[in-house]
Amino acid sequence: MNPLVRSVRDFCVSLRLTVILLALSLILVFASTLAQVDLGIYAVQEEFYRSFVAIWQVGGIFIPLPGGYLVGGLLLINLLSAHIYRLKLEWRKAGIQLTHSGLIVLLLGELFTGLWQEDFQMTISEGETKNYSESFRLYELAIIDTTDPKMDEVVAIPDAKLAGAALVQHPKLPFRVATKAYYPNTTLARRDAAALSPAAAAVPVATRGVGSSVAVTPLPLTYKMNEMNVPSAVVELIGDEGSLGSWLVSPHLGAPQTLSHAGRTWRLELRIARAYKPFSLQLLKVTHDIYVGTDLPKNFSSRIKLTTPDGRDDREVLIYMNNPLRYGGYTFFQYQMDSSRGQTGLQVVRNPSWLLPYIACIMMTFGLLFQFGLSLRAFIAKRRTTAKSVVV
Amino acid sequence: MKKHLPLLFLLLGLALVARSLLPEPNKTDFDLAAFGRLPVVVNGRVKPVDTVARTALVVLQSSQSIAAPDETKLTPNEWLLDVLFRSSRADAYQHFEINHPDLLAIFSLTPAEGRAKRRFSFRQLEPKIDELQRQARLAEPVEVAIRTPFQKAVAQLYANLGLYIRLKASLVAPDHQDFLGELLTYQKNVTAGVAAVRAKEAGQPHDPALVAQMMESGGRFSRMGELAYLLAVPPNDGESNTTGWKKVGESLLDSFPTGQINPAIMVYAGLARTWKADQPKEFNEILRLYRAQLERNFPQSLVKCDAEARYNSAQPFYNAMILYVLAFLIAVISWLVWPVELGRAAFSLLGIAWVLSTAGLLARMWLEGRPPVTNLYSSALFVGWSAVGFCLALEYIYRNAIGSVAGGLVGFATLLIGYYLSLGGDTLEMMRAVLDSNFWLATHVVTVTAGYGATFLAGFLAIIYIFRGVFTKSLDKATADALSRMIYGIVCFATLFSLVGTILGGIWADQSWGRFWGWDPKENGALMIVIWNAIYLHARWGGLAKQRGLAALAVFGNIITAWSWFGVNMLGVGLHSYGFMDSAFPWLLAFAGSQLLCIAIASIPLAMWRSFRA
Repeated sequence: MNPLVRSVRDFCVSLRLTVILLALSLILVFASTLAQVDLGIYAVQEEFYRSFVAIWQVGGIFIPLPGGYLVGGLLLINLLSAHIYRLKLEWRKAGIQLTHSGLIVLLLGELFTGLWQEDFQMTISEGETKNYSESFRLYELAIIDTTDPKMDEVVAIPDAKLAGAALVQHPKLPFRVATKAYYPNTTLARRDAAALSPAAAAVPVATRGVGSSVAVTPLPLTYKMNEMNVPSAVVELIGDEGSLGSWLVSPHLGAPQTLSHAGRTWRLELRIARAYKPFSLQLLKVTHDIYVGTDLPKNFSSRIKLTTPDGRDDREVLIYMNNPLRYGGYTFFQYQMDSSRGQTGLQVVRNPSWLLPYIACIMMTFGLLFQFGLSLRAFIAKRRTTAKSVVV
Repeated sequence: MKKHLPLLFLLLGLALVARSLLPEPNKTDFDLAAFGRLPVVVNGRVKPVDTVARTALVVLQSSQSIAAPDETKLTPNEWLLDVLFRSSRADAYQHFEINHPDLLAIFSLTPAEGRAKRRFSFRQLEPKIDELQRQARLAEPVEVAIRTPFQKAVAQLYANLGLYIRLKASLVAPDHQDFLGELLTYQKNVTAGVAAVRAKEAGQPHDPALVAQMMESGGRFSRMGELAYLLAVPPNDGESNTTGWKKVGESLLDSFPTGQINPAIMVYAGLARTWKADQPKEFNEILRLYRAQLERNFPQSLVKCDAEARYNSAQPFYNAMILYVLAFLIAVISWLVWPVELGRAAFSLLGIAWVLSTAGLLARMWLEGRPPVTNLYSSALFVGWSAVGFCLALEYIYRNAIGSVAGGLVGFATLLIGYYLSLGGDTLEMMRAVLDSNFWLATHVVTVTAGYGATFLAGFLAIIYIFRGVFTKSLDKATADALSRMIYGIVCFATLFSLVGTILGGIWADQSWGRFWGWDPKENGALMIVIWNAIYLHARWGGLAKQRGLAALAVFGNIITAWSWFGVNMLGVGLHSYGFMDSAFPWLLAFAGSQLLCIAIASIPLAMWRSFRA
């Protein structure tokens, strides 16, 4: 083997690299913790962990750090290659093998979670039944054909598509949807041409619907925990015979707009993205217990009726803190509650890899117990022989 | 003499423990202890009055010991009796601690006018309460994290005055000459009085004096209902109804339609009259009768209240602290003279202290019905307990007093931290909804906290290595190897506990928040400990650091653990919002500085270490 290649390989499998990478990850974790004070948790996750290079801003200084993907990926390579080249398969090393395998499972689990996990929320009032959950951050343009009074046909265009593509065509729609402008965070106000700010004046004015009397002011994106980005868009609908006009759509508007074309009627709204479920939940009762004489919450719980259209499931469940409902690949957690209005907020998570951390935990616990147990046994045996030799 | 030293110290330690179990001395004829065992509800928990007295004193003046202006020492219960029933006297007690000079200036007071130069009476503060209130209103809108020391002091004192005023209105109408008399009159007239008020409202003839009397009583009761700090009136249907406890004022307002005053209220009014009139015999008799009545409805609560009052007066952690210091000093001396005898003495003292801490922890667990760690205070107890447990094992194996020195030091330090954390109030707190899971408190929290303890212990052992090596000649090769092995062994345990604990925490988060890992500050802190221990282990296995370097690494682990334990709580962000605190930030910095200094000392070349100098 080429000596250069060999030395590179030796470095890649070395414990020295392990220690360096661990130290880098320590710095990354520390920096990301401090950065949360200014950036908030969501931006920090994107900047520090779902990235190859992270920029840590301290005062006015920008410090580049290796990001989560880079450090995590290199650690994984280092670990795997060490097992291939350096660590022999023998029972005395079984603990290390098991611990490291557990670590790999854990890291992969996090990777899969990042790739596959979907987060939604579901707000239900007492007595209300819902069969869909809503996104925390994503929006969609819903174009709903309401011509048939018995059934609505919904075409939903995700906001990412709206923001990215200039033209969307869908077989169910007799027109194409062209985005003339998209702003990820906005406020709306009554349009008053004299008082328009330059930013608001640059927004194209809708020719149809309520949009012509509304001024849109684009805002910078917010990362705060308690604030949401609320987008607005101006979309033009283009039929076979040319443009039908342009509409302003935004969740701020509150109510959908309607339009008629070719003898059919549609509702048009930009709303929080929905995910429909093959079952429905009805909120029967919310309970908010506090400790007597205090306002310290003791428990939040929601009694829910779970039904499927085929009637196979029709039962009551109780969701409370630390006791989620797992059903149909989804997990429903007690998330928020407004008991005065009889309203509950459930967090709905779909994470196919949720079991991996449990497996990893078991593997690593037993791995470490085995390895340290071996050392301890050897140590005690050695102490015994020295003690004996002293006595003799 | 020398031969008997271990036995002597063993007996000394046991005597200390035995003394703490004796009842507290009582110079009065009043049965203060029986009063202290009465159950009331504060912060959502049934607790003995004794606990209320002690925590109120600690919150007001950072200490349980208090004396009247004429220098007679008062027990906490005696003090509380005066606050509750004889405010004319309590108003002169100097129990409001003020440390900020500008705050004193508001009251036109000088330190010299205060007890111990920092404690002042209600009477001294009363004239300027309006100004304090104005300052408190100014400070209120400022976020807690960015308040100036003055604003913090204002908010603290304002809250303390509020606590005092609320305590005074808890059982009888404050400043009322004869509340029992008023209640008796009220009970006699209430049916007719309510009828008179109804008649007045309906515009019919009525007795105006009776109406006025009812209105006055109603106003007084409703003020008491708003102000009172204690929920002292137990529900009629007994123990099963945990939410039925009421304030005296509330219960009195409820009595208008029925005309029935709850007997507990009459009991407290009777206690007030006999306490003021200095009638111990009658006072004790009322207590006895009330107690007999409670025994029927609240047997379990009384058992717990009795035990808690006993726990309070025994102060197991305070006594353990004294024993830890003793064990530490004797163990250090054993390195200089009489290693065998003094080493054994230190070992036994450490053992007694640890057993005492264990008993204290068990008592708290039983009182709360919870695993040992439920808040920052109990985490300090448990960190110390687990670390000292490891030390006892080390000392049992090695018999070189190193375990005793480290155990005494860590035990004392963690209990000292616990003492400062206990100044915030009652340390047996109710758990908010998300934490209300004994399973996860018992698994995740306990393992992670044991991980803190082990990581700290490794760091302190490393400090012993460095100090003995650099400053003394006592670190011979055998000792150095043994110490190094000890550090390694403890780091192994630390890795196991912090890794498993951290992953268990992730699993709990998955169960309650819907995600395994969210890079929350507290999660990150735990992860940093795991990573640091992994760095130590891999550096050792890879031969990247030798004994000295590994010792320095272990010391740095102290900084990481302190950061994870307290530092992340000072950031004011994240989901683990049950332990926020920021006042200790300078202490955290000072601790980190001292550890860096240790590392700097470790980096002195080996040739200059006294132990290794040729």
